[in-house]
Amino acid sequence: MNILISNSANEPIYEQIKRQIKESILRGELNEGDLLPSIRQLAKDLHISVITTKRAYDDLEKEGYIATVVGKGSFVAGQNREFLREKRLRWIEEKLAEVVAESKALNVSLPELIEMLKLLYEEPPNEGKR
Amino acid sequence: MEDVVVLDQVSKFYKDFKLDRISFSVKKGFIHGLIGRNGAGKTSTIKLLMNLIKPDEGSIRIFGLDNREHGKEIRQRIGFVYADNHYYEDLTLEKMKRVIASFYHNWDEQAYRRYLGMFDLPADKKIKHLSKGMKMKYSIALALSHHAELIIMDEPTSGLDPVVRREILELMSEIIQDENKTVLFSTHITSDLEQVADYITFIHDGHIQFSLTKDEVMEKYTLVKGRTDLLDPDTRKPFIGLRETPVGFEGLSDNPKLVFELFGNQAIYERPSLEDIMVYTIKFNHHAR
Repeated sequence: MNILISNSANEPIYEQIKRQIKESILRGELNEGDLLPSIRQLAKDLHISVITTKRAYDDLEKEGYIATVVGKGSFVAGQNREFLREKRLRWIEEKLAEVVAESKALNVSLPELIEMLKLLYEEPPNEGKR
Repeated sequence: MEDVVVLDQVSKFYKDFKLDRISFSVKKGFIHGLIGRNGAGKTSTIKLLMNLIKPDEGSIRIFGLDNREHGKEIRQRIGFVYADNHYYEDLTLEKMKRVIASFYHNWDEQAYRRYLGMFDLPADKKIKHLSKGMKMKYSIALALSHHAELIIMDEPTSGLDPVVRREILELMSEIIQDENKTVLFSTHITSDLEQVADYITFIHDGHIQFSLTKDEVMEKYTLVKGRTDLLDPDTRKPFIGLRETPVGFEGLSDNPKLVFELFGNQAIYERPSLEDIMVYTIKFNHHAR
């Protein structure tokens, strides 16, 4: 697993870590039971504070992606990938529902909306922008 | 989280300067940075911790013990690195080490040898023949070789080149891989803290401006840039410091929500660096204090 941190991005560093670990799990690079680097080791490797990595791990644990065993470290949790994907898809659905509601309020037609979505989908990712 | 150091309302009065009711704590297992400009009170604060000067008011507890009553015991558990070389210049590293080692019950010769090797330090050279960076590394090697739980460094990076500075910061991260160890260091080079520090205490003019986690500091402040005509007596209020030029203003605020309500999309918002926070708080501060 690789984690690349941008100090100039608007996305807070702990969010960057969270997102990248989640993506590694969803892509199957990290599997159930895999050991993650310790909070302190990761902070050292990324040149960031322990508190930042701890915050990322705490959040991931709350969201069910990882589990921490005292004295042993943090592991990828037993939730299966399908379930996690399902969860993320539901999240996308919710966001889309918001977009649809907003579009209707502004009289944006479905073809117009699809066109906007298409443009955004094909645009290269831009990390600095939120 | 456990406190290793607690300063409670500590004051120290000098003829032309005072440390005024300083309170903050240092958490076990983290890197804690003390920032402020030269003369802000960083070194005085560290001297108070090290029991080298006596506070006029307030109390200091280290490892849960009063630092005046248990000074000797506490010292055994601290590794201290001074800003300037304070060793006998004419001694070799080896001879100076013997003097230092004799002060500590827990001296670990093996650990010392390991650091000597790691830093490429020549044991038989005289101290006066070391470069500034080498002297600092030697000082750190000595501080780390008696199983200290708390490492206190006064300006360890000042005057050093970027490569050595980076090595020293790396070493701090290395030290706290053991979660029972704590590093407290002072610096006026804010970029040292931007990366590895967990907690930051900002001293200005003998006062504590803030003592927070680095993440809290970064989230608390926003740097706003906009056209000068946006400013009026009311919209100036949320700023801690403002710099105005004929082509616009730049200001630091600790109320990002309010400034966004005031300026909306008419201004640019950026995450300030620690340096921005320090400079705006000190130099462009427009509030009477």
